[in-house]
Amino acid sequence: MVKTKVNLAGLTLDNPIIAASGTFGYGKEFSEIYDINILGSFAFKGTTVEPRKGNPVPRIAEGNDGILLSVGLQNPGMEHVISSELKEIKGYFKKKVIANAAGFSVEDFVILSENFGKQKNVGIIELNVSCPNVKEGGIIGSSPEKVFNITKEAKKVTDKPIFVKLSPCVTDIGEIAKSAEEGGADGITVANALTGMRIDLKTGKPIIANKTAGYAGKAIFPIALRNVYKVYEAVSIPIIGVGGVSSAEDVIEMMYAGATAVGIGTAGLINPFALKEIIEELPFVAEKYNIEDFSSIIGLSHRF
Amino acid sequence: MDRIFACVESNENIAERIFEMKLRGDFKKIKAPGQFVNILIPGCYLRRPISVCDKQGDVLTLIYKTVGKGTEKLGKIKRGETLDILTGLGNGFDLSKSGKRPLVLGGGTGVPPLYFLTKKLIEKGAQPVVVAGFNALDDCFYEQKFKDTGAEVYIVTADGSVGEKGFVTDMTKTLEYSYFYACGPFAMYKSFEKQAKTSGEYSFEQRMGCGFGACMGCSIETKSGMKRVCKEGPVFKREEIIW
Repeated sequence: MVKTKVNLAGLTLDNPIIAASGTFGYGKEFSEIYDINILGSFAFKGTTVEPRKGNPVPRIAEGNDGILLSVGLQNPGMEHVISSELKEIKGYFKKKVIANAAGFSVEDFVILSENFGKQKNVGIIELNVSCPNVKEGGIIGSSPEKVFNITKEAKKVTDKPIFVKLSPCVTDIGEIAKSAEEGGADGITVANALTGMRIDLKTGKPIIANKTAGYAGKAIFPIALRNVYKVYEAVSIPIIGVGGVSSAEDVIEMMYAGATAVGIGTAGLINPFALKEIIEELPFVAEKYNIEDFSSIIGLSHRF
Repeated sequence: MDRIFACVESNENIAERIFEMKLRGDFKKIKAPGQFVNILIPGCYLRRPISVCDKQGDVLTLIYKTVGKGTEKLGKIKRGETLDILTGLGNGFDLSKSGKRPLVLGGGTGVPPLYFLTKKLIEKGAQPVVVAGFNALDDCFYEQKFKDTGAEVYIVTADGSVGEKGFVTDMTKTLEYSYFYACGPFAMYKSFEKQAKTSGEYSFEQRMGCGFGACMGCSIETKSGMKRVCKEGPVFKREEIIW
């Protein structure tokens, strides 16, 4: 029997699979097609203090094996999520969720951490300092000082584990991860989407209304893997590896590189059953590669 | 929503860059005209959403125009191939609102779902009047099929090569109707909205990431807040729309 349980900053997950924020809403759409309690956990849609309408459409374009998605943090706002979505989640998800807190200032992150920290079914707070589709995402997520301050202030207002979701579009992701760790972070999510764009050949006009978008999906897996590998070398806190993961094999690679848990996003948008299928395949693929316990392979590639 | 694998029964070029595809599969989740399917086309990463033109037993008919990489690849799919499809997506038109003589208004590639709608309206005893607009004879399709439903049908083309010459909105001005259902370009909606005589529904098109409400990639602002075209739509009540 392959052991799939992992310990993520004190939270025991039945398996390392987490639905990544921004691709899973608040879980409802997926709970209608399969029992999402099979997931390790899920990170809900990036939620801001105030409600947000997000960016204008078109928000979507296609890349080679990738999606360009420029939602711009459309969400109903923290108070609504606490009074409505988080209550509703209890009806279809019995485990603890990861609250993706998206802020534009230190104050925002403090308010979000304090309030989400009081919610029983929130297991981890993930500070989203790296949304690729709002200008602040690039500014905050690429500054070690800002990441340090935000993490430090957020830690003061909650006992729940704080993860910091980083941007891959930085010179040295290891350095930013270190700042988060020094600020007291309990873990790092590596990483958010890259940024990209597409242009309509008939008109020369950018396809996305906001011109640029987050670039995610299968195509970015090797980049994400390298970032996880790099962050693992820089810090000693656990990592949620995210980016282009589309199979059970990808999950194992991410864990070898240093991820304790693995976020999956775009794969579940293309095939809504992808996460379920990957969880079901995990033990078989593990057996194929002589893995008996998933938690024993975390970071093993660093031996070489 | 279901994810199914459907077999291509036929895929024919029926007008200028217009294809009619028939698929055999378990399409029980298609319950109302105006709903759509999301097709994974080999060689494309994202699915392509296409509205349902007809459903008879386990055979679904789609009509699409080749406008880019995805639909061009779709046009090359051969009979006997299997496609991975998400079915039963979107809300569809509300038939209960039709009244006795609903107006069914379509433009170009917006016309296909209106065929399924017209058939269902006739089935429930309404007497729909169909106004379908095309650029020219070359891209006109389903004229006879619409007439065979028993509906009153007017074809309008910009150059007058088939039917009346002009715009659909020239024709609708003179008609009396109990309610309306529209599917076509937004410019047509804007022009029709100024003269609409009753309540009605407009079907929207939007680039989609997932097609089932998870990615928020197709959200538009309405009078009742942000709505996902794929989930709360694609059909929206006239009163909800911000022009």
